[in-house]
Amino acid sequence: MKSAQSRIKSISNAKYGYLFIIPFVLVYLIFHFYPTIYTTVLGFTDCKGLNNTEWNLLKGNIFANYQSILQNKSFQTAVKNTIVIWIMNFIPQITLAMLLTAWFTARRITVKGQGIFKVIFYMPNIITAATIAILFHALFSYPTGPVNDLLTKRLGILEGSYNFFISKTASKIIVAFIQFWTWYGYTMIILISGVLGINPDIYEAADIDGANGVQIFFRITIPNLKTVLLFTLVTSLIGGLNMFDIPKLYLNGGPDNSTKTASVFIYEQAFSGKYLYNRASAASMLMFIVIAICSAILFYLMRDKDAAALAKLKKQERKAAAQRAKSQSWR
Amino acid sequence: MAKTNYDEPKSAKGPLFYGYKVFQYVFLIFLAVMSLLPFVIMIINATRSRSQIESHAISLIPGTNLATNWKVFTGKSFNVTTGFINSFIVSTGATICSVYFSTMTAFAIVAYDWKFKKAFFAFIMAVLMIPPQVTSIGMYQFMYSIGMTNKLFALIVPAVAAPSTVFFMRQYMSGALPMEILQSARIDGAGEFRIFNQIALPMMKPAMATQAIFAFVSSWNNLFLPLILLTDKKKFTMPIMVSQLNGDIYKTEYGAVYLGLTLTVLPLFVIYFLLSKYIIAGVALGGVKE
Repeated sequence: MKSAQSRIKSISNAKYGYLFIIPFVLVYLIFHFYPTIYTTVLGFTDCKGLNNTEWNLLKGNIFANYQSILQNKSFQTAVKNTIVIWIMNFIPQITLAMLLTAWFTARRITVKGQGIFKVIFYMPNIITAATIAILFHALFSYPTGPVNDLLTKRLGILEGSYNFFISKTASKIIVAFIQFWTWYGYTMIILISGVLGINPDIYEAADIDGANGVQIFFRITIPNLKTVLLFTLVTSLIGGLNMFDIPKLYLNGGPDNSTKTASVFIYEQAFSGKYLYNRASAASMLMFIVIAICSAILFYLMRDKDAAALAKLKKQERKAAAQRAKSQSWR
Repeated sequence: MAKTNYDEPKSAKGPLFYGYKVFQYVFLIFLAVMSLLPFVIMIINATRSRSQIESHAISLIPGTNLATNWKVFTGKSFNVTTGFINSFIVSTGATICSVYFSTMTAFAIVAYDWKFKKAFFAFIMAVLMIPPQVTSIGMYQFMYSIGMTNKLFALIVPAVAAPSTVFFMRQYMSGALPMEILQSARIDGAGEFRIFNQIALPMMKPAMATQAIFAFVSSWNNLFLPLILLTDKKKFTMPIMVSQLNGDIYKTEYGAVYLGLTLTVLPLFVIYFLLSKYIIAGVALGGVKE
């Protein structure tokens, strides 16, 4: 009924709908869509050299930039690093976020002071990533950084200072840790709000049936949280694929490329050395394709299931009505 | 009434229960320390001298070297005031643009019926997750060819089209904007533009405030685009300035580095601890649909 009402009201106002989206559409076309197309085109050209804006389409093999990027050892390493660092950050992150969610939403054994814990756990997420990268660089510095001070003089775990910056493994772990540390609070809040959205009747029924806290968490909370968990997974993956600030500023992708991510690689190709805009564009488009696939999954997950079902139902009704009308006119 | 029945097992608190409780709080406090300690070290070391930091880099007792560190910090080419002003201009401009125009776009989707409305909203959802980084090369080349590099303007205007803000505002608006009020304003002879500015906007204030906080913080923290678009030192934003703290100019002057880092996060600390309630509520809202 509501839709019928609004339809009557707004027929004469349809033009304002178009009018009000003009600023968005214009700015989107100029500053977002055009650069996307431009990047795509540049991937097929010979455009390189500082601030060079003249280019020609490649003659012969038009995919030459893509081929050279895919064969580039440094790019392969960067993609591998991106995935490894993302997994090293995501698994502990989601595990801890789930544990905290279970604690903070438990109804029998409640945690006091939840509010303040949430505020503290989320805080690193809001602080400039650039600042955090430099801060951790200072914290892990050799030989007299705070972490080394703690490990040697304060706790006496190590005899001498450890140089975190020359170890490939340590560097990867630290970058992954920073990512984990900045994001677990965010993931926790998303999961908690997901749990609060679950119908409380289900929990009450479980209580009556005498289920314990662990059973409730694994048999009710997790199955009902599937969509939210997938949302977290996909958004985190997209963010992880674009990891730039922390690996770039913590050790500039080093040591020996061990923390170089795909975004750092693209930045280095395009804005340093030989300024290979064309190859950087090709690499960007490869990332773009991967992200578009991830987005598509998310889009599918978040689509309005109820609205889609309703539209389908209405369509069927209309068809049936048309059929009835048809058969009546036949008669 | 019935509730007391379920709660009865709770009164049977054995040593196991207390052990569990203790473990829980110890773990939570450990996490809280993990989140806070790096910032505590940063702030305390900003007040300590170079030799103090070199002998013991961890200390919970503040030093008396703040003034000296400030001198060392400002004595180099690092102009923190310029960074602040630039970041402030960019973040404020981008926030106003994105919140105002996103609300307007969402209003067009919610308040009117037009032919391509569904397709338009589907498009917004499709581009929601595309990060600006992957199209940065084209962005840079385009900005360079129209002479927009080194202009703060170039970081503000693109904010007019912010799909995620539109998405959020649309979700909020479709539940909170009564069409009857708009209709009665129409009968009173108000124009559509006036209806939006004087009736719809004030009703959207809570959602706009949440989005404004996020837009401001993400613009303030943005490193990638400013890094490629700005090469003139006078135009540098805060995160670019921060990235220079790692360079040779402050080599062993850790006190000055910590002070610089502290200064860059101070405004964020203030915003966060004043508005944390709204920020966390906003995160929770943004994550799940409905």
